Amino acid sequence: MIATIVHNGFLALRRDRGALVLCFVVPVVFFTIFAVIFGSMSGNSMPRVHVLVVDEDHSAASARLVRGLHRERALAIDTRPESKAGQSQPPEYTAATAEAAVKHGDVPAALIIPAGFGVDPISFTPGPGRKPIRILHDSSNPVAGQMVAGLLQKVAMTSLSGSMAELGTRYLALASGGLTPQQRQNLDANLARMHDQEERRDAQSDTGAVATGDNPGGLIAVETHDVIGEKKKNSMISYYAAAIGVMFLMFTASGAAGSLLDEAESGALDRILSAGVSMTTLLAGKLTYLVLLASSQLTLMFLWGAAVFHLDLFTHLPGFFVMTVVTSLTVAAFGLLLASVSHTRQQQASIATLLILTLSAIGGSMFPRYIMPETMQKLGLLSFNAWAIDGFTKVFWRDQPVWSLYPQVAVLLGFGAALFLLARHFARRWESV
Amino acid sequence: MATSTLASGIAIPLQIDSVVKSFGEVTAVAGISIDVHERACLGLLGPNGAGKSTLIRSIVGRVRPDSGSVRVFGQPASTPAARRQLGWVPQELALYPLLTSRENLGAFGHYQGLRGKALRDAIEWCLEWAALSDRADSFVKTLSGGMRRRLNMAAGLIHRPRIVLLDEPTVGVDPQSRNRIFEMVEALRTEGATVIYTTHYMEEAERLCDRIAIVDHGRVIVEGSKEELVTQSFGTRSDVLMRLTAAPTVAAWTAARGGTLQDDVAHFPVDRPSDIAALLDAAARDGLDVIDLVLRRPNLESVFLKLTGRDLRQ
Repeated sequence: MIATIVHNGFLALRRDRGALVLCFVVPVVFFTIFAVIFGSMSGNSMPRVHVLVVDEDHSAASARLVRGLHRERALAIDTRPESKAGQSQPPEYTAATAEAAVKHGDVPAALIIPAGFGVDPISFTPGPGRKPIRILHDSSNPVAGQMVAGLLQKVAMTSLSGSMAELGTRYLALASGGLTPQQRQNLDANLARMHDQEERRDAQSDTGAVATGDNPGGLIAVETHDVIGEKKKNSMISYYAAAIGVMFLMFTASGAAGSLLDEAESGALDRILSAGVSMTTLLAGKLTYLVLLASSQLTLMFLWGAAVFHLDLFTHLPGFFVMTVVTSLTVAAFGLLLASVSHTRQQQASIATLLILTLSAIGGSMFPRYIMPETMQKLGLLSFNAWAIDGFTKVFWRDQPVWSLYPQVAVLLGFGAALFLLARHFARRWESV
Repeated sequence: MATSTLASGIAIPLQIDSVVKSFGEVTAVAGISIDVHERACLGLLGPNGAGKSTLIRSIVGRVRPDSGSVRVFGQPASTPAARRQLGWVPQELALYPLLTSRENLGAFGHYQGLRGKALRDAIEWCLEWAALSDRADSFVKTLSGGMRRRLNMAAGLIHRPRIVLLDEPTVGVDPQSRNRIFEMVEALRTEGATVIYTTHYMEEAERLCDRIAIVDHGRVIVEGSKEELVTQSFGTRSDVLMRLTAAPTVAAWTAARGGTLQDDVAHFPVDRPSDIAALLDAAARDGLDVIDLVLRRPNLESVFLKLTGRDLRQ
């Protein structure tokens, strides 16, 4: 008896493709995505933090520090914009252009080495005369600012060892009541040799032999500025409103678009088409409904964010409107495509679960893309979640004008148009046979 | 191709000409040609899988025939003008379960192009015609099976088409609801609609249709009025069924008069009523008491059985 029950269970499962997908495919896909994202964090494939460095000092110490930063594997350092083919080399970043780039979201952090830094680059004690390095960061990526600050101290230890020895010598002279001329001569000779070694090391190409490990010491005076978040009440609310909103929009749209399958099953679709309503008109009607539904859902989400979490919705209404409409359009077309390729509600639900969770995971709806490996971040751009989240972030976090949304709007509209055309193509099966 | 107008110059409402439709290796409709005249009620009678629904779906454009044509008042059935003249009630309950009766009618009225007062009037007419006025604002899912069937009919005919295609409209309904549906069809006919009615219940075809086409294996086997079909198959012959008192001689007595004994009932073919009197006289003369006697005229089921060798409900 038990064997028969087990046998029947497996027979039914084998013939239910949706259940098979949910049972065996979805877990493996998710395991793979999470393993790729989080499994790589213990290895050498951690995403590098892109940092702009502005050297206003142009001293030997600042140059050594910049070279040390270049050697640091966890950082991707730029001191000037990439030159375009056929054009002369662009000028180096200034404090203003670097700050603008951070505000714009081009990079998560910038380092400004101020003029006068080289006079007294490191110290064991705080002092009024020291020129602090400024770290400008965007707290929508809370990892980057902390990481840059820590790595800066580490690089100071390894790149400015000569300066540290000099400092030690000064402390020794003060503490011992003065050095003899012979002692002074020997120390100067050794310090010169250390500087020579530093110069030779800097001249060599990066061999990967840089020491690793944390070394927070406060040797270098640092000032940290959150260039956007200092004016914001809650840094991640707009991010999650968009991220979670888009994911649930996808579930809503795919569920609502399933009415096509219900109508096909009940015969209502036949009746509508026999009345002379074309399939294109029918799909356009469904699309409009889904766009309105999705827009309402997103609006509710952001209104809730505004009411409860102080999300600044009402000063960003134009950008919110644009992003809501294009995101809803894309998600609606996605729902229609799912319905048009599926033959039953169960099949549609299985495909939807697999696709939505996958797109949401790689597109940043579940966790921010900046913590993903670089390859995964690029792969995420294939999901419209990533573009929608980027657009909403531009609006609510970076306070960028509506026109600056054109890349996100263009890509989302492209996604929407392609998905709708595909849905129309697959819906041919419901037309006359 | 047949002409699409009568000698009087009036276009034939529905003209089906050599329609063929196959699905893979299965031929669902194998060259059917039928003309349906104004105000006629044509019954398509046949067992499940005979090709009736495929033919209906060909007429309303849901199936593209492999060959042949369908014309509605002289125009190809696929044209918008032709479609406006057609009203189709599919076998399935093609309704929105979460909408009310009135909302369903409104939706399908919109799809048919009705707006404003015309739509409101059409909805009221439908509710009254389907006897659903008191359930106008009930959700479909709360209606009985018979009510849903009636609403299904109303939704298909809300635009008041001149040609009505009813595809097995009484499937799964109780006798009372079935009678109500018959009354609805009769009301349509009174108003001048031309009706095509598919069924595998011969009593429905006999009651509602003035012409009947018996369909089997995708072909029209025979077409005519009920009387014509019976006469074609059986002439003027009827069956007399006699139950006699049990006696050892009954079987031999029945066989001697050209009859057969089935379940203790003697069956005799007769051509004239006077033949019955002769049988009764013979029974009395031979000492057999007649307990019960029935005169049975062959019906459409008899015709179908004779023509196909199969029962209608097989």
